[in-house]
Amino acid sequence: MILDGKCPKGPIQTSWDRHRFDMKLVNPANKRKYKILVVGTGLAGGAAAASLGELGYNVEAFCYQDSARRAHSIAAQGGINAAKNYPNDGDSIYRLFYDTIKGGDFRAREADVWRLAQVSNNIIDQCVAQGVPFARDYAGYLDNRSFGGAQVSRTFFARGQTGQQLLLGAYSALSRQVKAGSVKLFARTEMLDLVVVDGEAKGITIRDLVTGEIRTHVGDAVVLATGGYVNVFYLSTNAMGCSVTANWRAVKKGAYFANPCYTQIHPTCIPQTGEHQSKLTLMSESLRNDGRCWAPKKKGDTRAPGEIPEEERDYYLERKYPSFGNLAPRDIASRAAKEQCDDSRGVGPGGRGVYLDFADSIKRLGEDTIRSRYGNLFEMYEKITDENAYKVPMRIYPAPHYSMGGLWVDYNCESNVPGLFVLGEANFSVHGANRLGASALMQGLADGYFVIPYTIANYLAKIKPGSVKADHPECKKSIEDVTGYNNKLLSINGKKTVSEFHRELGKIMWENVGMARSEQSLKEAIKKIPVLREEFWSNVKVTGSGAELNQQLENAGRVADFLEFGELLAKDALHRNESCGGHFRVEHQMPDGEAKRDDENYCYVGAWEFKGVDKEPELHKEPLTFENVHLAVRSYK
Amino acid sequence: MNLTLHVWRQNGAKAPGKLEQYEAKNVSPDQSFLEMLDEVNEQLIKNGKEPIVFDHDCREGICGMCSQVINGVPHGGQERTTVCQLHMRSFSDGDTIYIEPWRALAFPILKDLIVDRSNLEKIMQAGGYTSCHTGGVADGNAILVPQPAAEYAMDAAECIGCGACVAACPNGSAMLYTSAKVAQLAVLPQGQAEAAQRVCDMTDAAQAAGFGNCSNHYECQAACPKGVSVKFIAKLNREYQKALFK
Amino acid sequence: MRILTSSVGRKILMSITGQLLIIFVLIHLIGNSTIFFGPNGINAYAKHLHDLPPLVWAFRLFMLAAVSVHICYGVMLTLENKAANPGAYAVKRNLKKSFASENMIWTGVLLAGFIIYHLLQFTVHGTPDIVVGLDAANRVDVFKMVVTSFGHGLISVTYMAAMVMLFLHLSHGIPSFLQTMGWNNEKTIPVYATGGKVISAILMVAYISIPAVILAGLLKL
Ligand SMILES: Cc1cc2nc3c(=O)[nH]c(=O)nc-3n(C[C@H](O)[C@H](O)[C@H](O)COP(=O)(O)OP(=O)(O)OC[C@H]3O[C@@H](n4cnc5c(N)ncnc54)[C@H](O)[C@@H]3O)c2cc1C
Ligand code: HEM
Ligand code: SF4
Ligand code: FES
Repeated sequence: MILDGKCPKGPIQTSWDRHRFDMKLVNPANKRKYKILVVGTGLAGGAAAASLGELGYNVEAFCYQDSARRAHSIAAQGGINAAKNYPNDGDSIYRLFYDTIKGGDFRAREADVWRLAQVSNNIIDQCVAQGVPFARDYAGYLDNRSFGGAQVSRTFFARGQTGQQLLLGAYSALSRQVKAGSVKLFARTEMLDLVVVDGEAKGITIRDLVTGEIRTHVGDAVVLATGGYVNVFYLSTNAMGCSVTANWRAVKKGAYFANPCYTQIHPTCIPQTGEHQSKLTLMSESLRNDGRCWAPKKKGDTRAPGEIPEEERDYYLERKYPSFGNLAPRDIASRAAKEQCDDSRGVGPGGRGVYLDFADSIKRLGEDTIRSRYGNLFEMYEKITDENAYKVPMRIYPAPHYSMGGLWVDYNCESNVPGLFVLGEANFSVHGANRLGASALMQGLADGYFVIPYTIANYLAKIKPGSVKADHPECKKSIEDVTGYNNKLLSINGKKTVSEFHRELGKIMWENVGMARSEQSLKEAIKKIPVLREEFWSNVKVTGSGAELNQQLENAGRVADFLEFGELLAKDALHRNESCGGHFRVEHQMPDGEAKRDDENYCYVGAWEFKGVDKEPELHKEPLTFENVHLAVRSYK
Repeated sequence: MNLTLHVWRQNGAKAPGKLEQYEAKNVSPDQSFLEMLDEVNEQLIKNGKEPIVFDHDCREGICGMCSQVINGVPHGGQERTTVCQLHMRSFSDGDTIYIEPWRALAFPILKDLIVDRSNLEKIMQAGGYTSCHTGGVADGNAILVPQPAAEYAMDAAECIGCGACVAACPNGSAMLYTSAKVAQLAVLPQGQAEAAQRVCDMTDAAQAAGFGNCSNHYECQAACPKGVSVKFIAKLNREYQKALFK
Repeated sequence: MRILTSSVGRKILMSITGQLLIIFVLIHLIGNSTIFFGPNGINAYAKHLHDLPPLVWAFRLFMLAAVSVHICYGVMLTLENKAANPGAYAVKRNLKKSFASENMIWTGVLLAGFIIYHLLQFTVHGTPDIVVGLDAANRVDVFKMVVTSFGHGLISVTYMAAMVMLFLHLSHGIPSFLQTMGWNNEKTIPVYATGGKVISAILMVAYISIPAVILAGLLKL
């Protein structure tokens, strides 16, 4: 099937404004009759729930943590982009749009990206009004810095905790609506099923993570803003609870999953120290503004970094990408680091690391300046590694970080299931095959504050509020299904723990579907995953019962979903017989090792329809057209 | 290294709890504290026992989810460090470690090391915001914010809402947490319009939720993993006095 | 009246009444020091004070009110604070709080007890040790009264112990009232902590010097 993204036609500059005018509105007096279920309270979900509540809708918001403020958006460090052009260095909406399309390696929709660039400016204003303490210059104006992959300074930041501050802003707006009574919050609540009635999303089935109660919440529309899925690799920079579960359960109810193979491996993470490791920690890539990446020129060089003379160091990013240097986009920087290590020139335990060296910047700017810029990051690094990065270079290695893929949505952020809207990292829309730094925060807030409040009205205006009640047969069935599923997990009583399975899946994924993918490795993964899945369903051990706080059961459900989803990811990667952005197929590279796209055959969004576990999913395509940006080879040389 | 753990086990809010002893064997100094517990749990599960439940999520010291009192100090007493960032290299072979949940009237225990912190939410909902509408706000640079004010606000905004301050406080008071938000918004021009109402509403909410009063022991700051300073409580007190005369 | 019921409001009242008490303690000390000038010092001072009965009574009532507010809220807050913390830690290590800060209520109660005793003794003249008489200038002979009473070892020691309580109470109370009033910032926090101890120590030593000097026989009738 050919999917329609429903993008407005005509000049792109006015596309969003025209679209806004064309959409239907809901009468203010009727708004409170509509109930909207927002799953996820990160930047996307938190902003959406707050804005929708303020508009007068009856909103229920859900998150699995004990507070809305703890969504993983909180961990974003570097910053948020906006086309404000405050530094007067040549930025514009068009340039942000262009950079994002190009950065995404021409695999995103133009109209969506334009809108994102356009509303980016409103986001900053909104956050400032909420009291987000963005960095300011001495005159009191907002400060900017340049950030991975951009040649203008368009990144706004709040120390090294931008995500935290933006999320606390959204959370404060949400708190205000909770007090006003327009939003009801359900923390420690996990969505485990989507209720679809007559083809439209009308509710969710949740498990109360404290009491274990499984119940259905019905509404007139469902908004998923449940974040990314890179925990499918087990080790990633995501939080322990991040999962594909909400998305995947929606997929099982008919939603299409778009571009699952577009995953981002972040170049600057702290390398793994051992088998015990449960997650990887990101060091903001803003570090690359002042740090220089290098590896020893000699293979297997075990000298301490300080003993390696200048001429025996390979500043590989500066060498390969003279104009972008250490600021080359993430996919490129990650692969370059992997190349060094594959070439036996890696450093640290297992040779899985390269240096990020601040010695020159410290010499030039002084340790105090570096401390004021990155103090908290250096501190974090020291806590984890016990090394002082002011004295010895940091060791970094790439780690799974972000998922560009997600549920397929049209221009209105509505999935193929009417009434199911998807926001933030959970959808696939704007980042194409690679996301530029500081643009996920921008997207989350754009979707939540400035897109969904308009587009959801267009849907709601067409339906009658409250048409489905909690005693609807579909709700009952959903509760039975979820209860049955959980009981099955609890009853296996095998020998292996949930996290052992997760670890094993992660290994398969990282080795075969990680930074560099080949037909052979992908086929290997597609062979291995179902075997592991089968073992899981016959040999997993989940202790306790379903009627209590049971973290093992929570994890088991999430890992079970990853075991199905991982296979789809690998299949998508296999089908996409080209390299683009974060998806690198070793068969398709330029002579110098750059990703080689195949625009002729793969310039489309690949959206997969679930047909059943162990059944082949069906591919639906949405062709991508580029009218405003010339489809060109991406070059950062 | 090998360690002896005494962990608080409590099967539900109403059940009685007690300390149980466990052995953690072959712990690597590079492991984080939570990874050490993960391994203890793996062993428990394999032996058919109920694993210890504890709150955690980001494991990088920012979400504020992790919450354990280790040897009598919330987050373990290493300066500016959350439990999830505490590494085993700060312990030695043969150590005995006591692990307990946050304890305060306003934080009822849900299970083992997990407590219910929703009372912190109530404080925020009482006024921890500026009442701006989505859209229709001024340009970000329309109101200048002096750099020191922005820095001061950011210092306060470092709070991760973990509740260690409450757990450490001999009075079970949430004053540090409350003051961090009050001070952040009070120092910024954007928060000033509602400053008086905010400080009253938020402190009232804390009181109503069963948090104690501040006696200036400063135990909170010492336990705070983000180094949030009690100077913000002084700021709150100033704001409160201003509010009294409004 | 939110100041009477709210958490911070009542703390502010504690602080203000505490400050009034400190001012009283200071003035009282200066007044008492006149004892070192012999009978002519303290007896003259006492006479001046008592020459204006309405003022004396106004002052007494005012101090009574301050002490009452201070005590009532002190007890109330302490009870609330105890309730807010079930104190069930098997192991609890405190990083900051001091013996003084922890025991404000007890040092306070002991001080209250002491104040009552002190008033009974030197104001009401209701204790057996009291010798009331007039001096050469026909003034109440406070000097004689005090020196006689402090001549009893037990009484002097009681006074000294009370001043240790005052020291403890104020070594936390001084930095605490500054914080409660909001007169505090990053830089002053450690200064107050030390300053509070130093000032309360000075007060303690100064107060103790009176019975000490008398007991040592340096100040005689
Ligand atoms: C370490 C790190 C650093 C980053 N730094 C930057 C940066 O500097 N700049 C930038 O632009 N981007 C950055 N990113 C990316 C960015 O932070 C995220 O993409 C973005 O915040 C995602 O927001 P979100 O609202 O879509 O999802 P999240 O913030 O992940 O929120 C997901 C929400 O969904 C809820 N949820 C999930 N599943 C369920 C379920 N089944 N039931 C109920 N609730 C559920 C969760 O409780 C949570 O509330 C970073 C990401 C990481 C991991
Ligand atoms: C000479 C007499 C006294 C002086 C000078 C004095 C002074 C002070 C001061 C300055 C404070 C600090 C206030 C603040 O935190 O802002 C204080 C606190 C306190 N005082 Fe007193 N006080 C005296 C007598 C008493 C008495 C008689 C009691 C009674 C029972 C008492 C009980 C307390 C308590 C409990 C606190 C701590 C309150 C809290 O922090 O929650 N005090 N005192
Ligand atoms: S003030 Fe510190 S201890 Fe208290 S909640 Fe915030 S971060 Fe945690
Ligand atoms: S787990 Fe997030 S702060 Fe510790």
